[in-house]
Amino acid sequence: MNTLDRKVFRELWLIRGQVFAIAMVIAAGLSTVIMSYSTLESLQQTRERYYQEYGFADLFASLKRAPIKLVQRIKQIPGVVDVDARVKAPVRISLENVDDPMQGLLVSIDHQAITSINKIYLREGRMPDKNLQTEVLVSEAFAQPHDLHAGDVMQIIVNGRKQTVHIVGIALSPEFIYQIAPGVIIPDFSRYGIIWMQREALETAYDMKGAFNDLSIKLTLEAKQQLIIQQLDSLLKPYGGLGAYDRELQVSHHFLSEEFKQLDSMGSSFSFIFLAVSIFLLNMVVGRIIASQRDIIATLKAFGFSNRVIAFHYSKLIALIVVIGMVIGITAGLILGNNLAKMYMEYYRFPYLDYQLQIKVIVYSAGVTLLAALLGTYISIRKAVLLQPAEAMRPEIPARYNVTFLESLGIKKYLSQPSRMVLRHFERHPIKAILSVLGTAFACGIMIVGTFFMDAMDYMVETEFKLSQREDLMVSLINPSSYKAIYELNNIEGVLRVEPYRSAAVKMYAGSYSHRTSIQGFSKNNHLHRVLDIQNKPVNIPETGILLTAFLAKKLQVQAGDQLTVEFLEGKRLTRQLQVAGVINQYIGLSGYMDIDALNQLMLEGRVVSGAYLAIEDGAGYNTQAYLKGLPQIAGVSEKKSLIESFYATVGDFILTYIAFVTGLSVAIAFAVIYNNARITLAERTRELASLRVLGFTRGEIAYILLAELGLITLLAIPVGLLIGYWMSYGFIVGLQQDLFRIPFIIEMPTYAYAILVVICSAIISGLIVRHKLNQLDLVSVLKVKE
Amino acid sequence: MNKQVVFQTQAITRHYEMGDMVVHALRGIDLELYAGEFAVILGMSGSGKSTLLNILGGLDLPSSGQVYYQDLELSQASDKELTDYRRHHVGFVFQFYNLIPSLTALENISIVTEIAEHPMQPEHALELVGLSDRMNHFPAQLSGGQQQRVAIARAIAKNPSVLLCDEPTGALDIETGITVLETLDVVNRELGTTTAVITHNASISDMAHRVIYLNDGQISKIQQNETRISPHQLSW
Repeated sequence: MNTLDRKVFRELWLIRGQVFAIAMVIAAGLSTVIMSYSTLESLQQTRERYYQEYGFADLFASLKRAPIKLVQRIKQIPGVVDVDARVKAPVRISLENVDDPMQGLLVSIDHQAITSINKIYLREGRMPDKNLQTEVLVSEAFAQPHDLHAGDVMQIIVNGRKQTVHIVGIALSPEFIYQIAPGVIIPDFSRYGIIWMQREALETAYDMKGAFNDLSIKLTLEAKQQLIIQQLDSLLKPYGGLGAYDRELQVSHHFLSEEFKQLDSMGSSFSFIFLAVSIFLLNMVVGRIIASQRDIIATLKAFGFSNRVIAFHYSKLIALIVVIGMVIGITAGLILGNNLAKMYMEYYRFPYLDYQLQIKVIVYSAGVTLLAALLGTYISIRKAVLLQPAEAMRPEIPARYNVTFLESLGIKKYLSQPSRMVLRHFERHPIKAILSVLGTAFACGIMIVGTFFMDAMDYMVETEFKLSQREDLMVSLINPSSYKAIYELNNIEGVLRVEPYRSAAVKMYAGSYSHRTSIQGFSKNNHLHRVLDIQNKPVNIPETGILLTAFLAKKLQVQAGDQLTVEFLEGKRLTRQLQVAGVINQYIGLSGYMDIDALNQLMLEGRVVSGAYLAIEDGAGYNTQAYLKGLPQIAGVSEKKSLIESFYATVGDFILTYIAFVTGLSVAIAFAVIYNNARITLAERTRELASLRVLGFTRGEIAYILLAELGLITLLAIPVGLLIGYWMSYGFIVGLQQDLFRIPFIIEMPTYAYAILVVICSAIISGLIVRHKLNQLDLVSVLKVKE
Repeated sequence: MNKQVVFQTQAITRHYEMGDMVVHALRGIDLELYAGEFAVILGMSGSGKSTLLNILGGLDLPSSGQVYYQDLELSQASDKELTDYRRHHVGFVFQFYNLIPSLTALENISIVTEIAEHPMQPEHALELVGLSDRMNHFPAQLSGGQQQRVAIARAIAKNPSVLLCDEPTGALDIETGITVLETLDVVNRELGTTTAVITHNASISDMAHRVIYLNDGQISKIQQNETRISPHQLSW
C-alpha cells in the first residue's frame, strides 16, 4: 500500500464517528430502497409462480344455476382451454368453544372432472376420499387462528341444514391468496373460512344436482378476453349469470394488486425521499470534509502531485465511506425486506415465498449513491485544486464580517460578545448556514413522513367507524328479503335500533369509464350508518339520484349533476340512468349511495332489504350475536369492534410495520446529520475558539459559542423541517390513493412534537459529544500550528 | 566565474485582490539565482519575499513578467508542466512545516519519494536531519524543531535541484533554528543543491553566498558575502 493510501485509512479512522454517521445515512437510504423493492418483487414473483404452477384461472363467472351440460358449449368458445364448473355455497360454521358468528364459502371439488384450474395446495393432511362425503379441506387462513388440523371435526350449516364434517386436510388455493368475505374490505381470517367439499356432497346439501353456479376458465395466451366475456354473458344470462370478469376483478387478485400497488407507491416514495436526502447530506458532508483539507491539498500539490491523483485520493476516501454505508444498507435492507415479506406471508396465503435478491435494484441504488457522492467529491476537489497552491496554503482572507441585521435592529446592547460572534458567523457564511439548516430540516421532515401515517390511519378509523359506521352489528341476509325481517330483528332482546339497507352489485358507466361496485340503499333518516360529506359532516340521502364516493366520482370522471349508467348485476339485471346527486367522503371502499326505496324502485323490486345495521344494549353483544347466529336466513353478522381490530391487525399492520422500519431509519438519519454538522463545525472553528481560550475565556464560554451556533441551526431548522415534512407527507398521500382505501392527509400535533423531540435530542447529544471533545482538546497547542 | 543561471525573473509583478483592496506584493523583480548557491532573500513582513519564493517554486503565477527555471518558462507553464516541475525539481520547506498530520515522520517523507525520479531512501533523509529515532512518530508527537527537520528531510529526499525555504526558522527558538540551518547548510554544501531561504532575520544572511534585500515588492540591494560563516556562529 502506498503512503497516500495509508493516509486514506488513517483519516477514515480519525473521523470514524463522522464516517459512521454518514454511513448510517447512506445505509438508511439504501436499505429503504432494497427493503421495499425486494419485498414487492418477492411477493409479485411468488404470486406469479403460484398462479402458474397452480393454474389460476383467467376468467370467472358466477350465476344462479346452470345444467352441467352447458360446460361443453363453453368449452367450444374459441380461446377457451379449460373450464371448471363448480358449486359454491355460503356456509355458516360452528366450532366448539367459539361463540363468534363465523361464515364461509363452500367450494366443490370434483373427482371425476380433474381440471388444471385453481389447483389446491395441501399444507397438511390429504385430499377427501371420494367415497366419504363428510370429508372436507379447510383453508389455512381460517384453520390457523382456530388451531384446526386434519382429524378435527366441525359443524356447518348449508341451506339451513346443519351437518358434521371431518377435516382431512389444510389447503391453499391461488383463488384465495387473500381470503376475504364478499362485500367487505377488511379480511377477518378467524370469522371467514373456505371449505372444500366433495362435489356430490355439496350438490346434495345445496340442491344443485347436476348443476353448477360458478365458472373458472383458462384461456389461451392469444384469447380475446373481452370478446369471450361477452359470449359468456349472453350464454349465462338465462341462468342468472352475474357477469363474467377477468382476474382484475377477482376478489383475491384485486386486493393483492391493490396492496402491491400500495407497497410500490410507498416504496418508491420513501426510497426516493430517503435516497435524495441521503445523497444531499452526503454531498454536504463531503464538501465540508474536503474544504477542511484545503491546506493539505495545497501541500500535496506543492510536492508535485497532479490534480488527478489528488482527486483520486479523495475519491477513495469518500468511496470507502460510501461502501461502508452500502454494506450496512444492503445487509439491513435484505434482512428487513426478508422479514417484511415474511410478515406479508401471514396475510397472503402463498404456499412458499420466492425471496428475490433484486440485484438490479441494489446495483442501481448503490450506483446512484456512489456516483452522487463522487460527483460531490469532484466538485469540492475541483474547487480546492483550482486554487494556486500558494493561495490555498495562505490562511483564508479574514472574512468580512458585518454588524448583522438583527443587531442593527437595536438589540445589539442585549447581546453578549459571544452571541454577536455566533450571529455574525451566521450572516457571514449564509450558504453554509443555509445548508446546515436545510440538512437538519430534512432530517426533521423525514421523521414526520415516517410517523404521520399512524395519525392518518387513526383518523381514518375514527372517521369511518365513529362518525360514519356507528352501528354495533351489521347483519346480512342470505337473500334479499321483505321488510318483515327488519321487524323480526327489532323484536330481538337487546336490540335498540335497526336500520335496513339494500345492497346491489352494479357496474357503473360514464363515458368511456366504468367501474364494478355496489350501490347501498339507506333510509332517509339513518342514524347509525351515515354517509359524510367532504367536511365529514353527515349528509342526508337525497330522495332521487345517487351519491358517489369522491374517489369513485373521480375514477368515472363525473360530478354532481352528471348522468350515470348503472347496470345491475342481480335481480332483473336492468340497466338504468341515474343522476349524480353529489360526492361524499369515504376513506375505505368505493360505493354509490341511494335512498333505499328509490333503489328498490329502480330495480323494480318491492320493499326489499339485504340486511340491517343494529345498535344493541351495552353488554348484550354476546347473547344477541349468539341468537342471530342461530337464525337460518342470516348469512352473516359482523361486529364493528372486531372489524376495527382486524383492520389494525391486517391492513394497518402492513403499513405500521413498514412505517416502524422507516421511522427507525429516519431517526438514524436525523441523528447522523445533526452529529455530523456538530463535528464539522467543531473542526472548522477549533482555532478561533482556541484563541479565545488563550484570551481568558472559560471552557464553558467557548463551548457556548459553538453550542449556540448548533442551537441556532437546530432552532431555524425545526420550522423549515416541519414544512418539509408537511409537503413530503402530502406528496406521499397523493401517491397512495387507491380503491381499497385512501389515507387521509392528517398530521397531528404529537407527530410534529415527536419530530422536534428527536431533532432536539439529537442536537443535545451531539452537543454534549462536541463539548466533550472541546474539553479534551489541548487548545493552546492548536494555536501553535498554522491555520 | 562562469555561473550557471538556474532562475531568471524579468520584471515580475504580482498583485492580489483582497476584498475591495488591491495588494501589490511584487512591483517588478529582476533577479538571477545561480547553480549551487545559497541565497538569502531578506525582507520585512509584507515585503513580498514569500510571493517571490512561491512564484519561483511554481506555487503561484506572476501577474506580469517572465520567470524561467533553466529553459522552462514558469510564467507560461501549463498546470501539468508546473506539477512536473514541482515533482522533479523543487524541494519546499514551509514556515509552518505543512506535515500531513495523519502520516508518521517517515511516511511524510515517503509520500514524496514514492513519486520522485531519483529519491534517496526516506530513512536516509531522516538520518541526515538527525531524526532516525523519531521515524514512527506522528507530527503531533514532535516538537516544532523536529517537525521542521522532518519537513527539510522531506524536501531533500527527492534530491531536488533547488531547495526553497520559507522562513524555515520562523517558528523556532534560536537553538533549534541553528540546527535547522546547519541541516540546510550541509545539504547545500554536500549535495550542491541551489538553496533559497527567505527570512526577515538579518543574522541568517551571514551564512549565504548572496543576500537579496527586498523592500515593498522591489529589490533594494543585492549583497555578495566574501566570507560565509557557519550557522553555529550565528546569533540573533
